[in-house]
Amino acid sequence: MSTKTIEEKQYLVRFKADTKSHLTVLDHDICMTKCPDKICTIFCPAEVYKWEGLRMQVGYEGCHECGSCRIGCPYQNIKWEYPKGGHGIVFRLA
Amino acid sequence: MSEKFDVIVVGAGPAGTSCAYTCAKNGLKVLQIERGEYPGSKNVMGGVLYRKQMEEIIPEFWKEAPLERPVVEQRFWMMDKESTVSFGYKGLEWGKEPYNNFTVLRAPFDQWFAKKGVEQGVLLINETVVLECLTENGKVVGVRTDRPDGEVYADVVVLADGVNSLLAKQLGYHKEFRPDEVALTVMEVINLSKDKINDRFNLEDNQGCTIEIFGDSTKGNLGTAFIYTNKDSINIGVGTTLSSMIKAKLKPYDLLDYLKTHPMVRPLIEGGESAEYLAHLIPEGGYHSVPKVAGDGVLLAGDAAQLVNAIHREGSNMAMASGTMAAETIIDAKKRGDFSETSLNQYRETLYQSFIIKDLEKYKDATHTFEHYPQYFKEYVPMLNRAASKFFTVDGTPKKEKQKEIMKSFTSERGTIRVLQDMYRAWKAVK
Repeated sequence: MSTKTIEEKQYLVRFKADTKSHLTVLDHDICMTKCPDKICTIFCPAEVYKWEGLRMQVGYEGCHECGSCRIGCPYQNIKWEYPKGGHGIVFRLA
Repeated sequence: MSEKFDVIVVGAGPAGTSCAYTCAKNGLKVLQIERGEYPGSKNVMGGVLYRKQMEEIIPEFWKEAPLERPVVEQRFWMMDKESTVSFGYKGLEWGKEPYNNFTVLRAPFDQWFAKKGVEQGVLLINETVVLECLTENGKVVGVRTDRPDGEVYADVVVLADGVNSLLAKQLGYHKEFRPDEVALTVMEVINLSKDKINDRFNLEDNQGCTIEIFGDSTKGNLGTAFIYTNKDSINIGVGTTLSSMIKAKLKPYDLLDYLKTHPMVRPLIEGGESAEYLAHLIPEGGYHSVPKVAGDGVLLAGDAAQLVNAIHREGSNMAMASGTMAAETIIDAKKRGDFSETSLNQYRETLYQSFIIKDLEKYKDATHTFEHYPQYFKEYVPMLNRAASKFFTVDGTPKKEKQKEIMKSFTSERGTIRVLQDMYRAWKAVK
């Protein structure tokens, strides 16, 4: 079967997660007060960002390291680094 | 790691490895640093590798590289909701030496290519992130990595660290990219038997097909989708500029599933088994977004320098060519004993005289035009489909009348003058 949901898609990918997040939301108040769309929760291709009512939950373990959130956040509110060497996503095919 | 190298190459994709390979082959002492577990583990591409630029580095590479299929057919679809207007070219000359291009899977390919560099003497260190360039009086003299005592020095540092070149940004060579300068693309590798692929795409063994899809594949947003045949799998993906994704509030994986279940696409992948899901940015800002590419002790190549021709889906070939040009400049600079910006500007001059910048310049306004005027993807593709349907449906109307009706329908929807304006604008953007 080919996948239908993002959960199924993410299940196909190998991740070697670091213990520390390489993504940091700098100020959760900005998400709450200035960003009604919470657009990162929509365009992030791995559904890393989930709004929890008061703060942004960052599931960095499933990040594809594409960089979209750093560029697409309308408030430059995401600090984006590379995971520690050898960690993060490990593509096996394409 | 306190010894000094001639060259440090950051990144082991096509740009970095081309540069490292050529430098090492010419006797330079090269350190190549890759942040992934192995070269290719962070790298994503739809999957078309062009023969020409690869062959200039490794002649007859197709005899040993891990390739999927030589592409003999390129199709283009202008797709609407329940129809598509298609054109394409199939030529068996592309299935024979010297070939035109190949489908590849990047993880195996990049590992193979990096190994060729190592065989030439490149010291390749995996699992290492370069955190910053070390500078002395404004000149780049080395890099600091995330390893203990991880400072290394070299005459030249080549930044081939991909679309998210944080290092070039740190050096002030470009600002953060805008959402309209990058395309967010997601894809899946779907396993499907060789026989099914051959049947469904009208291929024989060792023949490949590529399909580029415009229109409803992105729900009318600025972008494309693609379907590429591997040996026994299919790469299917879709991308739009990040700005379009944001504006339309699209979830990229939903768009991918929309494509996979589209009635024009579904039968091609029916029964396939998803094997991997991948997301990546493509630098699509073009000519206007190319940063400063040479400085004191430093050069930029490949995606890090925004060298992608989005219109012709060329990127890895430009990465390879630019990596090689960077290497040639470094070899000459070494002879001169001068690694200043003035000396390394030889790279800039070569790059700007080559097909790379010439092609980017040709299309310098294309992305901006199509982003600014969404009617090309949103309105003209459906109009074209309606026209084709009308023209090819036999209903007793004389063909001349049909032609008239079709012309009228084009102009009545948007107005004659606007249609002419649109045509002129599109022609200007790609001429």
